Amino acid sequence: MPLAHSVLANVMDPEVPVVSVVDLGIVRGLSWREGHLHVLITPTYSGCPATEVIETSIRDALVQSGFVSTQVEQRLDPAWTTDWITDEGREKLKAYGISPPVGSADKRSLTAEKPVVLCPICDSKNTLQISEFGSTACKALYRCNDCLEPFDYFKCI
Amino acid sequence: MKKYDELTEFLLRMGDSALIQAQRLCEWTGKAPALEEELALMNVGLDLVGQARNWLEYAAERIGDEAIDADVLAYRRDERNYRNVLMVEQPNGDFAVTMAKQFFYDVWQYHMLTQLRGSSDERVVAIAMKSLKEVTYHLRRSSEWVERLGDGTEESHRRMADAVDSVWRFSYDLLLVSDEEAALCADKTLGDITQIADQWQSMVARVLAASTLEVPAPAEPFYLNSRNGVHSECLGILLAEMQFLQRAHPDASW
Repeated sequence: MPLAHSVLANVMDPEVPVVSVVDLGIVRGLSWREGHLHVLITPTYSGCPATEVIETSIRDALVQSGFVSTQVEQRLDPAWTTDWITDEGREKLKAYGISPPVGSADKRSLTAEKPVVLCPICDSKNTLQISEFGSTACKALYRCNDCLEPFDYFKCI
Repeated sequence: MKKYDELTEFLLRMGDSALIQAQRLCEWTGKAPALEEELALMNVGLDLVGQARNWLEYAAERIGDEAIDADVLAYRRDERNYRNVLMVEQPNGDFAVTMAKQFFYDVWQYHMLTQLRGSSDERVVAIAMKSLKEVTYHLRRSSEWVERLGDGTEESHRRMADAVDSVWRFSYDLLLVSDEEAALCADKTLGDITQIADQWQSMVARVLAASTLEVPAPAEPFYLNSRNGVHSECLGILLAEMQFLQRAHPDASW
């Protein structure tokens, strides 16, 4: 099982290729069931086009490491939250230039104030949201008012 | 027109509404007023396609016919078998009309999904919980646009007021709860969605007031009836475009 886990820790998200499916909290379970390895995953967003690629990548990586009989199951419940992104995942996102989600998704209500998003390049708090949506469903567009660089923010959901 | 059991009909209503709203949003590809807005419209559409797939997959499983899956439901039904709410099939108009439709639909989704979390059907709960996170985000954005345009310049105010006026009459269909749905609420299959009209009107009134827009009187029913497949004429045209590939080349894939 530790081997299978370490294989999954090297399966990268196709759209953010520095964080693995384990870092993102997509892998929700790993178990032996009647002779095959069962992997439980959950989609980040309902329409995330990467979900099917992720499923295939997981299966391929496991087969290549000798886990010939694997089954990948997708489950919606409980719904994925950015709270499941690991600390290591958050650091990798920041190093890649994507500001990690701020705060806990549980506490964010409909009318909540916009979060203080740190610039991943110069750490300034003086940033501005340009658009609620970015290049993928999981990100928003921001700009730093100090170093003037635009950057992606991983939405807190 | 084919009718399925009450829960399946309800799943089709949720799934078809998300799908048709997403298809309308896609029509903005290449012509949104700004690049950031285009990204946003497409991303909302993408979330909705995903939600539609979740609802339609469940509907297809309940129908229990091997030949019917979510794709068949989406691409091989004609307008009389579509169950989407009338609001979402209306043409996009200008950006104000698009945002008015999005806002009215988002408020409806927000309250419907909130209530559906209390269903006894686990699958409905799972889809509702997942979708609600995304819809809350959509609603924040669409209500901000209604406010920005309504409480903006003279021109944007006039356009937003016209937009509200042009689609308001379809809200009766959005807010109507059928006897079959009320029965599903009574036996707890669905969470209590019977208060949707009050919940929708109260949130909409609050945002319109903050946007310096007038709140129209509740819309009166007229002859169109989405539950019986009696849609406005624009749905057929929308489906002709959306379904063309699968109709011309059945089972085409890449």
